[in-house]
This record gives sequence, C-alpha cells and structure tokens, in this order.
Amino acid sequence: MRITCPFCGERELGEFTYLGDAKPVRPAPGASQDEVYDYVYLRDNVAGAMEENWYHGGGCRAWLRVTRNTLTHEISSVEPAAGAGARQVVK
Amino acid sequence: MTSSQSNRLDTGGLIDRSQPLNFRFDGKTFSGFQGDTLASALVANGVKLVGRSFKYHRPRGILTAGSEEPNALVELRTGARREPNTKATTAELYEGLDAASQNRWPSLAFDVMSVNQLFAPIFVAGFYYKTFMWPAKFWEAIYEPAIRRAAGLGRAAGVADPDHYDKAWAHCDVLIAGSGPSGLAAAVAAGRTGARVILCEEDFALGGRLLSDGGTIDGMPAADWLSRTQAELAAMPDVRIMTRTTLFGVYDGGTYGAVERINDHLPSPPEHQVRQRLWRIVAKRCVVAAGALERPIVFAGNDTPGVMMASAMRTYIARYAAAPARRVALFTNNEDGWRTVGAALGAGLQVAAVIDARAEISAEHRSLASKGGFPVLHGSVSGIDGGKNGVRKISVSLTGGARAEVEADGLAVSGGWNPAVGLTSYHRGRPKWRDDIAAFVPDGAPPGMVAAGAANGAFGLGACLREGFAAGAAAARDAGHGSGSGATPVADDEAFSLAPLWHVAGKGKAFVDQQHDVTASDIELAQREGFESVEHLKRYTTLGMATDQGKTSNVAGLAIMAAVNGKSIPETGTTIYRPPYVPVAIGAFAGHHRDENFHATRLTPSHHWAAEQGAIFVDTGLWKRAQWYPRTGEKDWLESVTREVKAVRGGVGFCDVSTLGKIDVHGADAGAFLDRVYINTFSNLAVGKARYGLMLREDGIVYDDGTTSRLAEDHYFLTTTTAKAGLVMQHLEFCRQVLFPELDVQLTSVSDQWAQFSIAGPRTRDLLKEIVDPSEDLSNEGFPFMGAREVALRGGIRARLFRISFSGEMAFEISVPARYGEAMARNLMIAGKPFGVTPYGTEALGVMRIEKGHVAGPELSGTTTAADLGLGKMMSTKKDFIGRVMAGREALVAADRQVVVGIKPIDKARRLRSGAHIIPKGETPGPDNDQGYVTSVCFSPTSDQWIGLALVERGRERIGEIVHAHDPLRGEDYDVEICNPVFYDPDGGRQRG
Repeated sequence: MRITCPFCGERELGEFTYLGDAKPVRPAPGASQDEVYDYVYLRDNVAGAMEENWYHGGGCRAWLRVTRNTLTHEISSVEPAAGAGARQVVK
Repeated sequence: MTSSQSNRLDTGGLIDRSQPLNFRFDGKTFSGFQGDTLASALVANGVKLVGRSFKYHRPRGILTAGSEEPNALVELRTGARREPNTKATTAELYEGLDAASQNRWPSLAFDVMSVNQLFAPIFVAGFYYKTFMWPAKFWEAIYEPAIRRAAGLGRAAGVADPDHYDKAWAHCDVLIAGSGPSGLAAAVAAGRTGARVILCEEDFALGGRLLSDGGTIDGMPAADWLSRTQAELAAMPDVRIMTRTTLFGVYDGGTYGAVERINDHLPSPPEHQVRQRLWRIVAKRCVVAAGALERPIVFAGNDTPGVMMASAMRTYIARYAAAPARRVALFTNNEDGWRTVGAALGAGLQVAAVIDARAEISAEHRSLASKGGFPVLHGSVSGIDGGKNGVRKISVSLTGGARAEVEADGLAVSGGWNPAVGLTSYHRGRPKWRDDIAAFVPDGAPPGMVAAGAANGAFGLGACLREGFAAGAAAARDAGHGSGSGATPVADDEAFSLAPLWHVAGKGKAFVDQQHDVTASDIELAQREGFESVEHLKRYTTLGMATDQGKTSNVAGLAIMAAVNGKSIPETGTTIYRPPYVPVAIGAFAGHHRDENFHATRLTPSHHWAAEQGAIFVDTGLWKRAQWYPRTGEKDWLESVTREVKAVRGGVGFCDVSTLGKIDVHGADAGAFLDRVYINTFSNLAVGKARYGLMLREDGIVYDDGTTSRLAEDHYFLTTTTAKAGLVMQHLEFCRQVLFPELDVQLTSVSDQWAQFSIAGPRTRDLLKEIVDPSEDLSNEGFPFMGAREVALRGGIRARLFRISFSGEMAFEISVPARYGEAMARNLMIAGKPFGVTPYGTEALGVMRIEKGHVAGPELSGTTTAADLGLGKMMSTKKDFIGRVMAGREALVAADRQVVVGIKPIDKARRLRSGAHIIPKGETPGPDNDQGYVTSVCFSPTSDQWIGLALVERGRERIGEIVHAHDPLRGEDYDVEICNPVFYDPDGGRQRG
C-alpha cells in the first residue's frame, strides 16, 4: 500500500503506523464515564470507506486522516490532522 | 567425461557446444553444455528417472520444461548450500553442478519405500486424517515422526545459509511480466514512447515460446526478430530488462514483488555479491504477459517417466537439442500438440503414432502423417506399460471401442493450454471460463494491471503480438507518455481447435497432482465423502498444495470434480489464487536483516569507551548498553555489580543514560500541553526545576514515566523510558496534532542529540566541580534537589545539568551534545580518579533503583494503575488529563488490586527470582489463592541480602506479613516478608544532601 503524505509525497506503507478509526472525538473535560468509555472502546466495523488515523513516523511525523476502503485498500483522500505541520506564529 | 550425451542431437539448439560443462547427478558424472538446464542436460544424457514421488514413491521423470514442474525436483548443491525441491527444469547448468534425487532410499533405482505402492489402496485422500486419529498422544511421539521420515521432499541443509541476499526498490511507468512475443511487443510499444519500462523474465533468455516454437514475425524468422527486438530494447536508456527474475506477487497501490536470481546459475556467488535480490517494484501500469501453461490429460500411468508435456518435448528438442525419446508418440486433444510432431520429425526422431481425441483432424496433419509414415489413432491413451526405465508401450482406447497398442519410448501429451492467471487473480480475483478455448482467463485484474497474449487467452502468435503491443502502448499512455509506439509486429495466427478432455477412465493410478500424488480416484472419493467445494477438495486431497501450487493440476482436478458432481467447470469454480507465484527463499525476504543485522544497532555515545573498559553489553531494544564493567579477579557478574553499587553509595560513579527518550517541548502552551498528557501538573513548575511525571493511556493504565524539566517559560525538556522513547513521541504528536490542535506547542525529538550521564554518590559534587566551570554554583542552595538548568563546562561547552536521582544518592544528570559524549566519559574518569570514580552499568543502576523502590519496566507492565505503583496521589483532581476518567473505573480502583510492595526472604541467604507467585502462607498454591507475583529482584549490597519488588493483592495493608513465594517453573518454594518497597534511605535525606 502507498500513502500520499501531504507534506512528503507518495510513500510506502512501511513509513507509516496505523492507529485506527479517526471518527471518535475525545469527549470534553467533564464528560461522563460512559461517554469516555464509548470513545475509548466503541468502534464501527466498517466494510468500505473508513477514515483512519495514520502516523508518518518514518517521514515528517505528521498525523494524517486517511480515507481507506477496507475492502479494496483504495485510498481516496489523505488530509493532515488539524494540528499537523508548522503552526503559524501569531504576532 | 564419462558420458557421451547419448540423446544430444547433432545440430541445432540454443546451447553453446563450445562450452561443455561437467555435472553430477546422484554421484554419477555427466556432461552438458552452456545454455542447458539441469533437466535438458539429463534429457541429453538419456536419464529418464529423476525422482520418486511424495506418497507412493513412484518413479518419476521430467514432465515440463519450466517453473510449473511437479516431478523433477532435486537437491541442488551440497553442504550448507544444499537446496531441496529445486526444479531441474529451471536450474541452469554450471561446471561442477552437483544434484541428487529426492525421496528415495537407498537409491533412486531401488527404493525401499516404493512398497507404499502395494499399500496404495489405503493411501487415499484423507488418509492421514482417518488413520492417525487415535490415540491422540501417539501423534507427536510416533505417527508424525514416522510420516515425516517417509514423506517430505528433500532435506534442508541443516546449517546456516552462507550466502547473502539483498532487497531493493524500483520504480517505473510500465512493468511487464514475461518476455514472450506479447511481453516483448509490449516492451517495444511502451519503450518507444519514452516510458520507463521494467521487463521481468523468469528464464535466463528472452523469448518465451519463441525459443522453442519459432515462427515468422514481420517476415523474418522469429530468432531474427528476437535479436533485433533485444537490440532495440537494449538501446533504450529507460528500459530495464531483468532476466532470471520472477514477478511473484501483486500488492496494493501498484506494488509488485519480484525475485531476481542473480547468482543461482553459478556454483556460488562471486565474492561480495549477493545470491538473490528481492525487488519491490512500484509501477504505474503493469502488463501481464506471463503466457500459458500446457495442461496434461489424466490417464492411467500418466506419471511414467517418458510421459512429457508436448510443448516441453518441443522445447527439449528445439531449444536444447536434446531428444527425450527416440520413438515418440503424441496424445493430444488439440491442434497445438501437433507442433511436437513437426519438431520430432525435424530432429530425425521416429514418430510412432498420434493419438488424437478429436473426431476430425486437418488435411495438413493427415498428409504430415502419411509423409511421416505414422498412424493417426482417434481415441485416448488408457494406459502405459513401463516403469522406472520409462515408457515401453502405450494402450489406446479407440473411438468406437476397439483397442490398440503403440510401441514408443516417449509420449508427448497436450490437453490444451491454461493462461497463467495467477498474477491477475492475487487480489481475490476469480478468473472466468471461456468455452471457446476451454480455459479460465482473467476477469479483470488489480488496478493498473492488464493481461495480454496467451495470459489473456490469445494463443496465436499474431494475436499475442497485437495484444501485447496494444497493451504496452496503452499502459505507457495511461502512465503519462504520448504516442510513438510505431507499428505493431505482424505474424500469422495458428489454427485453433480443441476438444476438451480431462480424464481418461482406465485401470491403474491416474495422477492429477503429481507432486502430491493426488489421483483422479482421490477426487472422486473426496466427492463421495462430501468434500465437493473446490476449497474443501483442495484441502482434503492436498491437490495443488505442493510447491508447484498445482500449476499443471488444478484445472484438471476441478474439471474432474465438476464431472463427478454433474456440474459445469465454471459452476465448480477455482480456488483463491495467492502469491508467491513460485517459491521464494526466506533468505530473500530477510535480505541483509539477519544475525547481527536482524535489526539496527544503536550505540550510546560512550560505547567505544565502554568497550575499551571491557564492559559487558546487554541488548535493550535496539541499544547496546553497558551492563557491568568486570575487573580482573572478579569471579562473576554479581561481584562486579556489587562493587559498582558500593562504589556509588560510598563515593561516586557514573552511568551513560543517553538511551532515555528526550523531547524538547516548546511553545506558549507547553505547560498546558504537559498538564493534559501527565497525571500531575507541569504548568506550575518553576523555571529551573525538574519534576517526575507519569503518563496514562486513555484507558487509565500507566503508559510511561520520566523526569521533565522547565528550562524556560516556554521550553520544557521531557524524558521518557528507553523502551517507550519512540512510542511516547508518537503518542505526544497524536495528542498535539489530533486531540489538542488548538495548543501552541511544538515537539522535537532530541534523543540522539544529547549524551546524558548520571553521576551519583556522596562525592558527586567533588567530581562535578572538576568538570563544570568554577563560576557555576553547585551548592545545595545554588543547585538544590530537583534543580535543572544550563551550565557552562570548563572549556566552554554548554551542558544541561539536572539534580535528579534514580539511585537515591546525591546525584546529577548531565547532558552534553552527543558528539562530546565519549569525551565526557573519558574526562569523568580522569577528573574522578582522586575520588575513585567508578563507571557502573545497567545492572547496578537496577540494583539501586530496587533498593530505592523506584518502579521500572517490570512494574510498568501495561496492567498497572498509578495507584498500583503507589503513585495514586500524583493524579491531579483539578484538571483533565489523558486517562483520567477511565482510571476511575470500578475495577481499576478496587480495594483488592495487586499493588507494588517490597519483599525480602525470611532465610536471609536465599536468592529471590522474578516471576514467583505470591500465595498466603500455609496454603496450597492454586489459581484461587494466587495473590500476585515478584516483579523485580536483586542482591542488595546495602541490605546484604536479596530483596525484591512484587505486585501483591492489598499489599500495602499487609506490610510485615509473611507470605509464600511459589515458583513452579524453577521448582522453588520459600517464605518472604512483605515490606515497604523503599529499602534504602526511606526519608530521602541522601539525595537531598
């Protein structure tokens, strides 16, 4: 499999680490134990396009949001995580 | 030369008669020529019997001339390079080649195990499943070893492979598998556009069937077209031709696996060269021109030496000028098989008869028969009279019911052709059936791939050239290259006519899968027993599961299953195709990653100095760390470690701790960020101070720990454990980029940038004063416990100095740029000489941390909570942090959790060992009263006895209780007392001093 990193270009699978489903959002402070439990443990078992977190540890260390078809491994989109890349310095 | 190459034809062939080669087979010396394979050289020497079969030990000969060979498998080479199951049909001949037949004892001609044939009725499908079921304990002790002795194919070398293997990447626009007419046409069409082309050919010569069957292309003999095309391709700078290279697998995203046998054709690789190279090829487009495999017809005795695929017989005659027989018969159900008659007659061989299963044959062939003076029998071969010395007589069932016999010493068989659909089917693609050619062809292919020519069911030479050329041009265009392919090579298409025939009923064993000895009746039996699905059929009979992956047998097998099921072949379907297309040596997959290069080796900055000191190193992850520094006269490691600990506690010592992960955390929100990833608070840490921090996973379990210092308002320096350095960096980047993108914080891994040393012991300050610039205040007031700041060293180097202690002694850790690490170690030795400075290794480090009750890897085991480690109070209640909520789950705060305590043996002379179970005293050990286990132990020089840390149920409430340590693994049982885990200086006065 090959992933096109928005910072580095097309790279092979070995440079990346898979984390999993990118959909769950970390609950805000003060969330109930049940909400956090769902965030930590509940995952959809997707057969088809799925958004996933991948880490380009063998390259720029960016976390990427990759849309991958779990049936065909086709990758339809690769977006940097919200905080990936250099942060613009606000004067 | 002891043999005269009795079956070598006087002229012709693509062998170099000026280069004779001597070789040995089963100890006997023969000769062949450069350009021979082992199989063709054996054919040229009249050798028919080359092996014994897997199950019945039946005599077997050479069936094919390619990588689909099921029978002619040999042990090639001797000693450490001995390689079993090597196909004689693809092994290139070299001077001194030494091969041995397999699966026979004591000799190929007289094989004791061939008595298995007498017991053949019991060696049917599912024999092992049915016979060796009871009693169960007999399996490992008796059945399996006996079966393994009797079965198997060849012997592994049994010693390490002395050769090297390599791995490499290649990138191209168009990848082409196969260099027959289709592949060459594709390469020319793509190459002329300027596309980057890689062409992989399994053989050592380009041409595919052109090398055996010839023909006319663009009005010239195929051989001339071949050399012209090779010259044209060789002149193209962006076309790479890789011979001896098999494309074996197709992976996601246009990645392909190929194995290049660089030096397999030599006795051993030249010095400094690898034997094989594993290629991962990334291609925008791929043209599969892998051709087709001729398929057998299954009939009784079809495994007799001398029965050979018709196309293979042509190959031996035309390409290798070697006659497989003197008097040849042909059994065919199709037009193409007749080519072998032409080849045999052309080489001056006798043709005994043609047995053609079709009702009609062409006038052209009829006149060939009358000119050649041989009969054409309409019917099928129903039996073979022959044995280990080959075919003698062929029984024929004529259409209409009469019988005939043909005397011949070789039988060519053609049941038609199966396109090589492996590569196109490796993404779970299922080929589709074409009635007109009675064969499976690719039904689509993985993205970017297309099949052309015979691999796509186009069997005529003209069609192969047209399809290959068109596919090559289209692939180049799709990969972004324009026109310029030029004209399509032109050739006539041969007539095609085939009457499907898979199996001829007859008396005697009729083999479908010759490598695994699966017969037609095995398939019928499997069907009767309910194994009707092809996937069940395969596993029950082992059809197609040998190293040839059923290249000559699968389609015939499922055709027979279809017939007994009363279904059509497409209804019956195929099994799933899986790579690799040919066996690939594990060594090729491993490449250079073996032995000491199995993984990368990381050396600490002071490694070379430590090696000079005679340090014993231990592997910790990728690192080599000094474990202890033995001195002359010390009898064992314990004596050295004890000396090191005493030297630190009584004077001063130092230890390279550079392996810790080090991360610079910068930004206005650095403190806020650390507050969210650690259970304790860092935003309120004063500049110039360090603090111990603990991280949880989001599920509430402890993840990692370390000391983090604040070097400036917006700059923290964070350390991790050695083991988790990379993972913590990944985790923190996840937190920063995904969870908390709103924070102004940046992370920089500086693990390799800093050499860090722990300097510990009451005389630490005396030593440091010799290293650090005199202007720096190292007094307790000027640099108190948990202080952290940049200092100047004598000579001007800037260093980071941290007053932290893992040993419990007055201690500092000092960081210098990594390139000064070795110099630092040497300087500490020189400057510390008056104070008896002692380098210590990870063992002494571990002893001192256990004496201090500090937790480490064995306690941070992925099952423990902060409270289990006695660090529950560090969990802030005033902020959110990773793992906070889940750490509050009922089971993680239960009162009966196993928590860290100290243990010491009641018998002070007893040695403790990690892993012993903790059981209430006086009870019989069992799963119900297992209350924990010993995690870390050491001999404590300070306590003068063995001590340990343990995870024990309700341990903190049980200080002073005597419990039982039960160690069934080592057969040890003894009592220990639960105690406070801090054995040494419990109030911490020494580290603050």
